[in-house]
Amino acid sequence: MSAGLPVKSAPDQARSRTFGPLYSRNARAVISRGLLATRSTNWLVMLSGFFEPVLFLISMGVGLGAIVGSVQGPGGGEISYAAYIAPALLAVSAMNGAVYDSTWNVFFKMNFAKLYQGMLYTSLGPLDVALGEIFLALLRGLLYAMGFTAVMGVMGLITTPWALLMVPASVLIAFGFASIGMGITSFLKTFQQMDWVNFVMLPMFLFSATFYPLSVYPQPIQWLIQAMPLWHGVELLRQISVGAFTAATPVHIGHYLVMTAAGMLLTTLRLRQLFLK
Amino acid sequence: MEVPFHLPAGSTSLRRVHNKATMSSGATGAVQPADEPPTEARPTVITAENLTKTYGDVAAVDGISFSVPAGESFGLLGPNGAGKSTTMKMIGGVTRRTSGALHIMGLDPDSHGPEVRAHLGVVPQQDNLDEELRVRDNLLVYGRYFGLPMSYLKPKADELLEFAQLTDKAKSKVDALSGGMKRRLTIARSLINEPRILLLDEPTTGLDPQARHILWDRLFRLKEQGVTLILTTHYMDEAEQLCDRLIVVDKGRIMAEGSPAQLIREHSTREVVELRFGSERNTTIASELQGIGERLEVLPDRVLIYAHDGESALEQVASRGLRPLTSLVRRSSLEDVFLRLTGRSLVD
Repeated sequence: MSAGLPVKSAPDQARSRTFGPLYSRNARAVISRGLLATRSTNWLVMLSGFFEPVLFLISMGVGLGAIVGSVQGPGGGEISYAAYIAPALLAVSAMNGAVYDSTWNVFFKMNFAKLYQGMLYTSLGPLDVALGEIFLALLRGLLYAMGFTAVMGVMGLITTPWALLMVPASVLIAFGFASIGMGITSFLKTFQQMDWVNFVMLPMFLFSATFYPLSVYPQPIQWLIQAMPLWHGVELLRQISVGAFTAATPVHIGHYLVMTAAGMLLTTLRLRQLFLK
Repeated sequence: MEVPFHLPAGSTSLRRVHNKATMSSGATGAVQPADEPPTEARPTVITAENLTKTYGDVAAVDGISFSVPAGESFGLLGPNGAGKSTTMKMIGGVTRRTSGALHIMGLDPDSHGPEVRAHLGVVPQQDNLDEELRVRDNLLVYGRYFGLPMSYLKPKADELLEFAQLTDKAKSKVDALSGGMKRRLTIARSLINEPRILLLDEPTTGLDPQARHILWDRLFRLKEQGVTLILTTHYMDEAEQLCDRLIVVDKGRIMAEGSPAQLIREHSTREVVELRFGSERNTTIASELQGIGERLEVLPDRVLIYAHDGESALEQVASRGLRPLTSLVRRSSLEDVFLRLTGRSLVD
């Protein structure tokens, strides 16, 4: 049985590539599988993730904005209410896309499709799987972010070239949420537990200074909100949207870097624990 | 009873004349593979010494030892919960052993998991095909997981589809396949990296008889090509058809080891008389059957008389004035071996 032996046999590949049992430097096999699988994806579901923040922007920004008028932006200048909430909605959209991909999709693949079991019976290690899946979540986040930024441009809400940096910053936000989300999902076993994810996400969306400044809260509540991961994303994108940076900017970025590293570590260890016991 | 085989030959590289499949006979289990499979100078591909896996206080695998030479078809026969799947997972390096030594192609799967798995093809108990991908893409993508290049994978995938008799389904969705087709695709997928060892966990569970025979034929062909087959099963006929040698496992321990014919010879009589007196009377009638044959086994639904000459045992039953509802004389099978060794049936 031979169609010509592979240039390098699978064992040779494993020997030369393996980087401990956790990682075979082959996350791209997981990525190409994901891209191939999108052919059978329901595109309407994909699109709904894009439209959700756009609809919020139109109803709240344009509708509510007509009553609110202009507000004080991060740099101290007056900006329209729509321009105030748009970057926050982009942060929410990055979070939602990443969390959806890394929780519900991963939950299904882990518990029902048994996809990861199959993958880990090959030369792939858990870190390949985690990196590949998270990359796919980020790709989706990137597409949403570019779309939403374009909508902001069309609505005349972009006033500085700095605003284009919102796109990579959204990917960073998505990276943080996706890696933590996948790690947390590995602990969840039932649909009821999955509902807790939504239960945490909704208040985070509403109260993370998305629609009004943090200063409306009493001090203890402000601390609570500042401890939430979404608030850092909202602040970061809001600063970028007008090009007004402060000493807090690197803190926000650092927050997501730490979140990403912790999430990747958690996910890899959990996948190993679950499938290579 | 001859098994009906009308199978197209595989791809040219797979096509070989083989007679074993047509030699097989069904329920009597009269397949008589060579008692001593030739083991001369074949390298050992798997060695397990005192292999143990405990979950909490429960020992799923309790100190088993065996070794498998290259090219052998080696079976683990036992009921559900005997520790067969756990043993398979330890061989695949996806479950860490608690103690003991295990070497696959000279490598320890606990420390060289990816390298060991690159030598293995794995057919898990439940199909875990990628339902989001089409049939041929399942093979290609799986090959990518091993880091194999597309230039190798494309012709290989076509060859394997041919082997699995799925060429005309190459572009189908996986969920449109029948159970037997899914199994064959899973086996084709497990062969994408040209494994030296194929692990098959209950390969035909849940398949109808025809699908099973097709699958067995494919497995015979692999064996002829020198692939080492390790399979678990709780079907005695499957073990008799496919295994050169097997271990009977119960509660994580090895109860017996040998070729199917050896085991039957050592642990059972040549023939068995199966009598059914109705579930009420089976137990009470046992005392009236004492002395017939070598040994008597009373099961809830029937009474088994182990005898070297089944017909004459049956005549003795009749001469005692006992009238069973049904009676059957058959050759001993691995089921009887298992019953003898453990006092329980294989399939509950």
